Amino acid sequence: MTAATNQLAAPRTTVSRPRPTSKSRYTLGRTLKYAALIFFLVVVLIPVYVLLVTSFKGTGDADPSRAWALPQIWTLDNWATAWTALAPSILRSVAVVVPSAIIAAFLGSLNGFVLARWSFRGANIVFTVILFGMFIPYQAVMIPLNQLVLDLGIPTGVPTLILLHVVYGIPITTLIFRNYYATVPHELIEAGRVDGAGMLRTYWSIVLPLSIPGFVVVLIWQFTSAWNDFLFAVFFSSSQNGPVTVALNNLANGALLQNYGVSMAGALFASLPTLLVYIVLGKYFVGGLMSGSVKG
Amino acid sequence: MLKKLRRLGPPLLMLTPSLILVGVFVYGLIAANFSTSFTDNHTAAQATGQEPAAFVWFTNYFDLLASEDFQHSLMNLVLYTLVFLAGTMVMGFLWAWMLDKPVKGEGLFRSVYLFPMAVSFIASGVVWRWLLNSNQDEQASGLNRLFQMVGLDFLQNNWWNNVTFGIIAIAVPAIWQLSGYVMALFLAGFRGIPDELREAARVDGASEWKLYRYVLFPQLSPVALSALIIIGHMSLKAFDLIMSISKPANYQTKVPAVDMYVFKSSFDYANAAAVGSILLIIVALVIVPYLIRTNREEKR
Repeated sequence: MTAATNQLAAPRTTVSRPRPTSKSRYTLGRTLKYAALIFFLVVVLIPVYVLLVTSFKGTGDADPSRAWALPQIWTLDNWATAWTALAPSILRSVAVVVPSAIIAAFLGSLNGFVLARWSFRGANIVFTVILFGMFIPYQAVMIPLNQLVLDLGIPTGVPTLILLHVVYGIPITTLIFRNYYATVPHELIEAGRVDGAGMLRTYWSIVLPLSIPGFVVVLIWQFTSAWNDFLFAVFFSSSQNGPVTVALNNLANGALLQNYGVSMAGALFASLPTLLVYIVLGKYFVGGLMSGSVKG
Repeated sequence: MLKKLRRLGPPLLMLTPSLILVGVFVYGLIAANFSTSFTDNHTAAQATGQEPAAFVWFTNYFDLLASEDFQHSLMNLVLYTLVFLAGTMVMGFLWAWMLDKPVKGEGLFRSVYLFPMAVSFIASGVVWRWLLNSNQDEQASGLNRLFQMVGLDFLQNNWWNNVTFGIIAIAVPAIWQLSGYVMALFLAGFRGIPDELREAARVDGASEWKLYRYVLFPQLSPVALSALIIIGHMSLKAFDLIMSISKPANYQTKVPAVDMYVFKSSFDYANAAAVGSILLIIVALVIVPYLIRTNREEKR
């Protein structure tokens, strides 16, 4: 934008002092901007530095004066301890997240397709009614939910959490798919209908194969939010049968004397799956974030 | 009639499972929660159904709102939300504004600014608990030690241990975590503005400030509103961070979501339900008009 301003201004500059002033201001502005960008980069990465450095420290580095220093002796003890403590809960997290993401994505794609394509009267109202479920503070359903889960006889821990992540995932998956199907060319779907296929057939044989990119976005979103969930986990599981967030919170707060080395190594273990997804599939991750803003 | 059924049947069939689930788990449970909040279900015996609970109308709500303890929680929630909103909006806008124009290494900056979003509040809370250590001077570690090292000693403070403003310390990690999200929203907003608009404004001789004030800001306002709504309702997630950083029993940093957890843990279901309903009402006051507005705009 600055470059364009200069181009516009150029013809008007006098002969004696053509461009140096604006050019030096231009480079100064650029330098300032890069300085600011790098400053914020460093600030955002501070917790990462702390996490890594502390996780490699032994007891010899306990003095507060060495808080920000590199370890005197690098040790993997904290990592080993954290892994032993968290490994079972990481497996349980996988057991919760994978089925719930797949089921919620499938339901969301059914809803999204119907709501985006078959405009019947009240489709918008139905959509809004579903969407509201995305915004409610779950505290407002927790007490009766507890009773309902008991009445249904579903064991706490993994089974309950799968159910809850499916149910409360429906609004956001519906939203993302509805926005996604709105971008699929009408002709593709119409072609199927002309052949006399019903709605279910159309969905199954034409729409579903077209939905792969939508599924990638939704699955990543559901995976991340279910993996990082703590609220449902703390109400409906314990560190014996719960996901990694609960186990990590217990590990970090359980001992009387806090061992930061172990809890930070544990925090990294707990974050690795979602971080990997973010690094490898970043584009789709951002796609999910954008869809979360209702208007897409 | 048959024709109508054929036309409407399949779509309704496809929606049915979700409608039943949302109907029961969202609307049914909200109703049940209100009904519990109108009872005197305050003990474990009542919670497990061994003793009956009586209907007391709004007593729990009045008692809660009158108690200084709960007022402190509400005040904390307001403070937290304000700081969290202001922080993420300012940082997010600033980053998006800097990255909107061509920048070398844009991808790197964007990815790093956004990455905290992929981490759980519980995991980041472990690190932030260390960073927000309230010890000072000789005993300082965490950010207080860092301030000393860079010669900013006066910035040392006791973070979340301050009774009135401790909650603001909890907003710091939340801002760290979600500014990147607001940046991504604003970046998409900036990129969605057609170049012709900027060019036209410049040809008309608009100054940089006027370009922003009259051309870009109005174009960005829907994005800003979305960001405000999403971040605003996320401020209820302070729960995770507080559980991880300062513990539920900590008076300084408690918010209604934490009270709800504490009530539930002590089998005071009526008060837990009442707190939940109060949170729902606060959120609904903001969200329902927003949803209706979005709905109306789409019809146009």
